[in-house]
Amino acid sequence: MIYADNAATTAMSEAAISRMTELIRDTYGNPSSLYSFGQKAKEVLEQAREDVAAVIGAEPREILFTSGGSEADNQAIISAARIGEKSGKKHIVSSAFEHHAVLHTLNKLAKEGFEITLLDVHEDGIIRPEEVDKSIRNDTCLVTIMYANNEIGTIQDIKAIGAVCKARGVLFHTDAVQAVGHLKIDVKEENIDLLSASAHKFHGPKGVGFLYARKGIRLTNLIEGGAQEKGKRAGTENVPGIAAMAAALKEAYAAIDVNTAHLVPIRDRIIAGLGEIPHSALNGDAASRLPGNINYCFEGIEGESLLLLLDDKGIAASSGSACTSGSLDPSHVLLAIGRVHDVAHGSLRLSIGEDITEEDADYIISSVKEVVEYLRGFSPVWRDLVAGKGSFIL
Amino acid sequence: MALYSEKVMDHFRHPRNVGVIEDADGVGEVGNAKCGDIMKMYLKIEDGIVVDVKFETFGCGSAIASSSMATELIKGKPVEEARKLTNKAVAEALDGLPDYKMHCSVLAQEAIEAALEDYESKK
Repeated sequence: MIYADNAATTAMSEAAISRMTELIRDTYGNPSSLYSFGQKAKEVLEQAREDVAAVIGAEPREILFTSGGSEADNQAIISAARIGEKSGKKHIVSSAFEHHAVLHTLNKLAKEGFEITLLDVHEDGIIRPEEVDKSIRNDTCLVTIMYANNEIGTIQDIKAIGAVCKARGVLFHTDAVQAVGHLKIDVKEENIDLLSASAHKFHGPKGVGFLYARKGIRLTNLIEGGAQEKGKRAGTENVPGIAAMAAALKEAYAAIDVNTAHLVPIRDRIIAGLGEIPHSALNGDAASRLPGNINYCFEGIEGESLLLLLDDKGIAASSGSACTSGSLDPSHVLLAIGRVHDVAHGSLRLSIGEDITEEDADYIISSVKEVVEYLRGFSPVWRDLVAGKGSFIL
Repeated sequence: MALYSEKVMDHFRHPRNVGVIEDADGVGEVGNAKCGDIMKMYLKIEDGIVVDVKFETFGCGSAIASSSMATELIKGKPVEEARKLTNKAVAEALDGLPDYKMHCSVLAQEAIEAALEDYESKK
């Protein structure tokens, strides 16, 4: 199988697996217990905090461990909203193609009376920092913009957006779930106040993540109970998962240059190869893009049938088609960059991993070409377009 | 658990009666590209019997499988019987569809109804 769905989840690294199994077996003490066996677990936990903090240029006390990216997004946004409303600031700036962990949290706040501005992400999937600046008002309490998009892989100019937020005195959160472990991030240099990450996107385990919150930002609990995580996240810590996350992150961070050098040419080879398919279009900017992300729309076909046939060929990928989500609308990300429904249904996301080879890339290209041609062969939409009834969109 | 039954996957991978009938007696097209599903049915009818049927579908796996199964269920059958084809019969013949995919079988029923209406209107 060629696993080309690393944006959905990644394989755990050997370092993470061995760290996790070792700790599950031998270090099961509760970090809150005072005897040495518990304190050993506490040491493991605090070492992981230091390791994670070092990778993003934070201080250990600024790292809060969570159950994953969604929880971190929820807590970051809710916390900023609670801080804001104390001084009557109930306006939040975000973008139209954020992850649902962000958008649904914002919807919840909108029902409480917050006003939400969703910025245009343009056809290239890039938010303009000057538009962030223009959207900030006197009552804005938070700007939340994702670091890199999970579907189309576009990377934002986070440093410029962070500078705008700093200059305007507004908290800045970034959902960096797709970026951490893949891009070099420095929260201080990039003026990031709050950042969310998820371990299983960088070869760590599922069910673990972290929230970076600049010191001085008062967090609001989502989970009440014991005094773990400085009282900001109750529940006995997932020590093996957290330590495995730290092991995976250290390894991923050390390999960023090597991985990027390997992935970018293969990514671009696939982008060029799929571009030969008539009436297709790359989604998202070609240059400011995650090293492993390829996302295309193919006119005249539907994405789920494309995925099922690629699965038969041993390729695991994903699509923004409505049929793959169980809803009637295709991906909100594709709609946000201006793709109309008709072509958004025919999308394909390939998120390649470090183990990919040039041969794999060529096999992916030839397989996608074959399947798209096959499906177009009995698509009434394609027949009409070829016959000149209606005009091609792509 | 697999997303679809083996029957659905069989009809999806090897769709029956795919194509176009140039001199069809009835043609029906339902759905729209905006929703991600379009089915087109072509019928050849002789002496009140559906002697041939072909389909073209733009859609997901279950849409393609539903179209394929629907053509099998009416091929060689009297028009009266074809008219009575229900989406339930299509879904059952496929050993079931996930709930949120039932509309695919509805589309298949509607495509055949539309093709039969076209046939009636031309008579």
